[in-house]
Amino acid sequence: MNNIKYILGSFGDPDEMMHGIQKLQDNNIKIHDVYTPMPIHGIEAKLGVKRSRLDIAAFFFGITGTMTMLSFVYFAAAYDWPINIGGKPHFALPDFIPITFELTILFCAFGLVGSYYASTHLFPGRAPRVMDLRATDDRFIIAIDAKENAEHSKIDNLLKEAGALEVKYNERKYVSYE
Amino acid sequence: MGTHNYNLTEQFEFTGKAKNLSIIAIVIGLLAIGYGFSAEALHERTFANLLLMAYYFACVCMSGAFFLAVQFVAQAGWSAAILRVPQAMAKALPIAVVILIAVMAAGLYTHNLYHHWNAPGLTDPKSENFDKLIQGKSAFLNVPFFMARQVIFLGVYSFFALLLAKLSNNEDLEGGLNSYRKSFKYSCVFLVIYGFTTPIFAFDTVMSLEAHWFSTMFGWYNFAAMWVSSLATIAIILILLRKSGYMAWVNNSHLHNLGQFIFGFSIFWTYVWFAQFLLIYYANMPEETVYFYKRFDNYEFWFYLNLVLNFLAPLLLLMDRDNKRQENILLTVSIIVLCGHWVDYYQMIMPGTVEEHHGFGIIEVGTAIGFVGLFTFTVLNGLSKKPLIAKNHPFLQESLNHHL
Repeated sequence: MNNIKYILGSFGDPDEMMHGIQKLQDNNIKIHDVYTPMPIHGIEAKLGVKRSRLDIAAFFFGITGTMTMLSFVYFAAAYDWPINIGGKPHFALPDFIPITFELTILFCAFGLVGSYYASTHLFPGRAPRVMDLRATDDRFIIAIDAKENAEHSKIDNLLKEAGALEVKYNERKYVSYE
Repeated sequence: MGTHNYNLTEQFEFTGKAKNLSIIAIVIGLLAIGYGFSAEALHERTFANLLLMAYYFACVCMSGAFFLAVQFVAQAGWSAAILRVPQAMAKALPIAVVILIAVMAAGLYTHNLYHHWNAPGLTDPKSENFDKLIQGKSAFLNVPFFMARQVIFLGVYSFFALLLAKLSNNEDLEGGLNSYRKSFKYSCVFLVIYGFTTPIFAFDTVMSLEAHWFSTMFGWYNFAAMWVSSLATIAIILILLRKSGYMAWVNNSHLHNLGQFIFGFSIFWTYVWFAQFLLIYYANMPEETVYFYKRFDNYEFWFYLNLVLNFLAPLLLLMDRDNKRQENILLTVSIIVLCGHWVDYYQMIMPGTVEEHHGFGIIEVGTAIGFVGLFTFTVLNGLSKKPLIAKNHPFLQESLNHHL
């Protein structure tokens, strides 16, 4: 019984890799993921990657910042310690718009950095999850789940026909776990 | 992303409905202006409207030249296929400049405009009209120097606008990188001049209507207004051309970029508007608050409408990615933004000229329609002279394949 978990097609050229994706899709072979050292136009549409929900998260982080600042300013300037400044109302909204804006941005930025780290499993002390180290350098990797797709020799042929320089059979998902 | 089979010699034909409608609009405008000059009491209001629309027209056209220059200096690729539209706007600039200068000269001569610093006796200590503040400013605000500044600034903008259009024409004929390199060089020069002179141009043309008041933010506030209205105009022209079957190469990603620009610079406009307001509100000094006092007093509706149209509408309608990519939504927002900046200019200009005797009627609507017609006529006429794409632009392929 083989213990192969993932089949990796390693390409040296993005066009050949796109060609490989097309071939696999034509043969109804499900692609687990694709790793490239640089962004490639149109690859999300081809793989059917869902649109990021980061903007929705950003909105909620931002609105949290807005509410936090407005309520704190109301508490401080109008409730806890009201001071007459230039005869204006205690809660003079125009005065507090810049700081509210700043806190919206701050919450949004920190929230998004946190979300990014959480979703990519990148934080201090954690070894990065990489399926093939050369995907961070000069290779374009197509990863196929070997358990779901049984016809390994067919996948091997398809990848090589498309121009894969190398086909790897990994017995563990990530190579850089140590 | 394959190869494209676009007709790169496609030319716009300026005939039929577009031509007739723009001529009808010009006639409506002339009738409205004629009506405004028929009664003595309406002269000042007509002049204020003429100044508003002539300023708007000139600002949109010179920001078209600014758009071209920004694209060249940034070496932007995405916009290469749509450059003919801002070029046509830039080519209309000399006409706008002649109209604006004529309106200002006539307004100065008849004392219907700029009477805050140009009425008889303002700088004469013996006169009962003597105004010490105006006397102090008279080294800068006097008719010869004022007109000289206007002629020089607008002349320089027109020179660069025509130069950039001409270089693009040469590029069509000769090919090669020569014209592109020259465009880059002249664009750099133009942007430096433009950046330093537009605030002064706005101080002169609009802020000096209320010569006692001053704000250093005013120049950037006007710059933001003219830039965002120009972007909205480019978007409208592109969408309408695409709807009538031209420029098939303009895809949703180009519209997305323009939508981002309109969204971003509407927020920038609000930022500058608010920065000016906040400082005056916070400091609460009478010589500064007088500006907003006038606007709260007689123009309350316009004051808030301005913020709704120029801030809330683009913010809410263009925030979503998909909305920026849909031509009907982008078209609607662009029209709202253009109307919004009319309101913006209206409440910049009217309180300094007709003060509480302002109105919204035949003169306002008619003049605006007339200038829209004139703009459409000159721009579309300019557009029809050249192919709709700069076929030898070095970044053309990048622009045709533009994808976000």
